[in-house]
Amino acid sequence: MNVSALTFSELGLRLKQAGIFLQTGSFITHLQTSIPGVAEGVSLLYADYPLLEQSDFADFHVSLASPRNLRRWFKPQVLFLFDGKPPFKPLPLDQAFPMLEWGLNWCVSSHANRYLIIHAAVVEKGGYAAILPAPPGSGKSTLCAALVNRGWRLLSDELALVRVSDGQIIPLPRPVSLKNESIDIIQQYEPDVIISRKVSDTMKGTVAHMKVPTDSITRATETARAAWVIFPKYQAGAGARLEALPQARAFMRIADNAFNYSLLGVKGFEAMAGLIDASLCYDFTYSVLDEAIETFAALKPPAI
Amino acid sequence: MNLPPLVLQAFRQPDLLISLSLADWDLLLRQARSANLLARLHVVLDERGLLEKVPQQPREHLEWSHATAERHTQAVRWEVSLIRKALAKAGVPIILLKGAAYVMAKLPSARGRLFTDIDIMVPKDRLNEVEAALMLHGWAATHHDAYDQRYYRTWMHELPPMRHVRRSTVIDVHHAILPETASIHPDPEKLLAAACALEEYEGLKVLAPTDMVLHSAAHLFHDGELENGLRDLVDIDSLLRYFSTLPMFWPELAERAVELELTRPLFYALRYATKILHTPIPRDTMDAARIGRPNPFTMALMDRLFTRALMPAHPSCSDAFSGGARWLLYVRANWLRMPPFLLARHLFHKAFISTRAD
Repeated sequence: MNVSALTFSELGLRLKQAGIFLQTGSFITHLQTSIPGVAEGVSLLYADYPLLEQSDFADFHVSLASPRNLRRWFKPQVLFLFDGKPPFKPLPLDQAFPMLEWGLNWCVSSHANRYLIIHAAVVEKGGYAAILPAPPGSGKSTLCAALVNRGWRLLSDELALVRVSDGQIIPLPRPVSLKNESIDIIQQYEPDVIISRKVSDTMKGTVAHMKVPTDSITRATETARAAWVIFPKYQAGAGARLEALPQARAFMRIADNAFNYSLLGVKGFEAMAGLIDASLCYDFTYSVLDEAIETFAALKPPAI
Repeated sequence: MNLPPLVLQAFRQPDLLISLSLADWDLLLRQARSANLLARLHVVLDERGLLEKVPQQPREHLEWSHATAERHTQAVRWEVSLIRKALAKAGVPIILLKGAAYVMAKLPSARGRLFTDIDIMVPKDRLNEVEAALMLHGWAATHHDAYDQRYYRTWMHELPPMRHVRRSTVIDVHHAILPETASIHPDPEKLLAAACALEEYEGLKVLAPTDMVLHSAAHLFHDGELENGLRDLVDIDSLLRYFSTLPMFWPELAERAVELELTRPLFYALRYATKILHTPIPRDTMDAARIGRPNPFTMALMDRLFTRALMPAHPSCSDAFSGGARWLLYVRANWLRMPPFLLARHLFHKAFISTRAD
């Protein structure tokens, strides 16, 4: 059964009481909260995700709560709790849903060491995955959101999970995080898309999250093989341009964007080398989304 | 709470873990993680060849933490090699303490143990030299406040922690194992004299087996750092089991505690290791350690406090008194650290002067 099988009030009640067991990719999250903003976000963006009726096991036990201090009367806050302990400082209550998203990313990126975890978006077509590593401000999420609305499947918007044992990329499709101008750009680009309420004044500016196409969610157990590593760069007025990147350079740049590259030691190096070996690497400059989509449609998978 | 927390059952009788339900595993992982013992649990299962029998979902978590622990061991070795290089010219004998000692001496206690700082001990009259050499190689003092400097340099048993400017690693340089201001004074000379050289690493030493146990006991039951209480007790358990094969270890343990004024911490360590982790300890040693037993009233109180405070700080292992027990033991540790007047002054400074400076 999916989250959408519950009415909004049923969902709110469950979240408040025992919490829900939500399946995202290969992870099960036990989420408990009585904050209405979180229930709204979950009901809107997680409607198509599997909800486990009764689960004996969860990978992450997560809750969001307001700290019980004096502040709650004039400037209420929210805490993200990982099995009862807060890994981060509290944020203004209004940011509760974005905080859940950031917290869930943290849960995976700071624990799941069976994967080489790269800060990158991953999209797939025909079994081939394109990895878009992301220095902030590169327009990675905007491009990723546009691609998944034009036939690419979303594996992840933030975390590329490369399985160390065989180099396969594991999907973790969760809402796509959009910032500042890109929120309206994507809304206009694909009017049917579902985007959560804008939250302003966060540490990343104004943020909103886009619902993932259903197809990407139902295929969340289908792994993909890496075919392209593409470093996107939004540049006002620029034409879409793909420029081949030497593998050694790509290696160093992607390593800079990995969460646990050094933690995995030799295994991390081998997984990264395997990934780069299997992929064509490019720098990609663009300003018009349609042109970017065309460029991606014309990508040829590497010859084996 | 009738049954002991799962995490205790796990360390007492790892063989029973294979019969746990998935829901039990869920709870066990949470308890172990909050006690910083998840990677240790992996080791315990691995040593008995039981990992394969763990259901896939929890096994995944154990593997994740194992990766962290493996990397940690490597990082500790590297860091110690750099410390050794930095101090080579000074020609000071370096005694590694706690975690770093377990790693470099390849003790079983090192496996799956995560810690943040490296602790070393050097003779007090060589402190300045050591500090200068470390500074020359990139470690910088962390506490710049004049009061903090005085607190460490005059009253404590260590320099203010030093952090490496590039690697951000922290080293604690000790000249004794308890503060100068504490009521008991394990003689550092005796510890240094008995220390054992590490064959593979010239210039590096670790404490003698009995002293290693006693230091661990002093740290947990006198100095009162209970954040990782259960983890530290697991260390003691593991050290005792490992050293128990040395012929003179058990007879010497209690004698050495007398020499080092550590009979009370040793008594508590043995008592709670047997009570909580079922560590096998010979009858004779238990009897000899009774010399450190407190009066019955204190004993009853300590039992109530320690059996709570040594549990993981997880809701499933706590009752209404757990928070209070930890707080009282924290107060006790400060009480043991300094004489009352000094303590009052220290607390006053921390409460009203240091906070204002922040």
